[in-house]
Amino acid sequence: MISINEVIETNEMIRRMNLDVRTITMGISLLGCVGKDVAETCQKVYDKIVTSAKDLVATGKEISKMYGIPIVHKRISVTPIALVGASVCKTSEDFVEIAKTLDKAAQEVGVNFIGGYSALVSKGMTKADELLIRSIPEALSSTNLVCSSVNCGSTKTGLNMDAVRLLGEIIKETAELTKEQDSIGCCKFVVFCNAPDDNPFMAGAFHGVTEADCVINVGVSGPGVVKAALEAVRGESFEILCETIKRTAFKITRVGQLVAKEASSRLGVPFGIVDLSLAPTPAVGDSVGEILEEIGLEYAGAPGTTAALALLNDQVKKGGVMASSYVGGLSGAFIPVSEDQRMIDAVSAEALSLEKLEAMTCVCSVGLDMIAVPGSTSAATISGIIADEMAIGMVNQKTTAVRLIPVIGKEYGDRAEFGGLLGYAPIMKVNNYSCERFINRGGRIPAPIHSFKN
Amino acid sequence: MKRTIITVIGQDKVGIIAKVCNYLAGNNINILDIAQTTVQGYFNMMMIVDAENAVKSHDEIASELVGIGEEIGVQIKAQKEEIFNMMHRI
Repeated sequence: MISINEVIETNEMIRRMNLDVRTITMGISLLGCVGKDVAETCQKVYDKIVTSAKDLVATGKEISKMYGIPIVHKRISVTPIALVGASVCKTSEDFVEIAKTLDKAAQEVGVNFIGGYSALVSKGMTKADELLIRSIPEALSSTNLVCSSVNCGSTKTGLNMDAVRLLGEIIKETAELTKEQDSIGCCKFVVFCNAPDDNPFMAGAFHGVTEADCVINVGVSGPGVVKAALEAVRGESFEILCETIKRTAFKITRVGQLVAKEASSRLGVPFGIVDLSLAPTPAVGDSVGEILEEIGLEYAGAPGTTAALALLNDQVKKGGVMASSYVGGLSGAFIPVSEDQRMIDAVSAEALSLEKLEAMTCVCSVGLDMIAVPGSTSAATISGIIADEMAIGMVNQKTTAVRLIPVIGKEYGDRAEFGGLLGYAPIMKVNNYSCERFINRGGRIPAPIHSFKN
Repeated sequence: MKRTIITVIGQDKVGIIAKVCNYLAGNNINILDIAQTTVQGYFNMMMIVDAENAVKSHDEIASELVGIGEEIGVQIKAQKEEIFNMMHRI
């Protein structure tokens, strides 16, 4: 029988260490929603989402009450819209109509984000892919809950540099259209290399074409729990450090597995995966930066940071993998800047630079995330940063992502305010030496030699 | 049997257990085990109960216990046992 100490341990994690289930994300296939024109497609998309997800939010709340664990977000991911709209959308404006439909459906069912306004162009762009990409600035500035992503490279296909060049311009345009709110539109857009089909976290969630009609994916979190566990082993060897992280990650992930199974059975929808990520929030005590400090660094960004993050990421996976029957998504430590108070502090203290963050992305679960840069940064420079990050993903056979916010009207040293979960971010310094001739070459970077495994 | 764990955290005072037990008896909930301890000056009590034949749903019971807790100045939580089994048992 469960002992009082075990009960106290679990409840202290929830009460004092911000343990929560970060998101229950319902993946919905929209492949069957293509109509004879844009209007009919929008209607079918709306009906499918509203029908499939009508009980999602209420079920999340019930489960939360049953186990006494907060479930912070209920979200939806859908089939990449470039595929859904390919036969009916003849202009970018047509795609924006679908974006508005997604926004309306998300509001109707009460979720706080819907992801999948996406295109998969790792090797080449169809006409529809390009129309969707060109519609992103308008779509993100005229909706509230829609998130967008573009996969523009993979280990198997290499990098689509035409898309990378275009995306630099698209990010700038999105920033311009939302400049009244510190270019917040860019917070809802991610560029990927090796994007997973089952990621439950925003802004990059979409429901891949390899997925079933409808699935439940769950994203767990808990940086505060890991931090608290590490406080108890301060000064101990790496062996004890690693064992502690692993044990804690196991416990956190078990809660995610329980919630995922329960949500799946109540909603009558198959369980997809648990994404075992350490996802920080701006709240004090819910920070990956704090864990890195607890491991022994004065600030995230100090020498040793990449090694510390590498071990953290690996131990989180090792502990989590055994706790869940299916692990997927991004799984690992996230290192966003604006959503993590200690990362913000590290940037403000000039301990953490964009270049060090890039190095850290070689060993963390995603990439350059929620980084505010000067609004004057050129589109080519943004494309250059994307290309570097995509190259890391391609060569290392891992997912990498870029979510950069060129904040129009602000420069290095200023501060961007996004509000809510997105927090605020200091504007980081960018290396502005030109990469324009490189970006303007056009075409593709071939897949690396180690991708030829057949 | 689906068991529920009820926890009480707060300053120790006369009548906490009586109040909770009264409520449980009134709702046909059977107490299987009670344990208590003090952590960092706080009174912690745990009850393992069987709510299979309870007259109310888990949702109602949890909400009403929160209300009783507020009345007497302690935090009361009712959670299904699975969350603890999942986390602490392989």
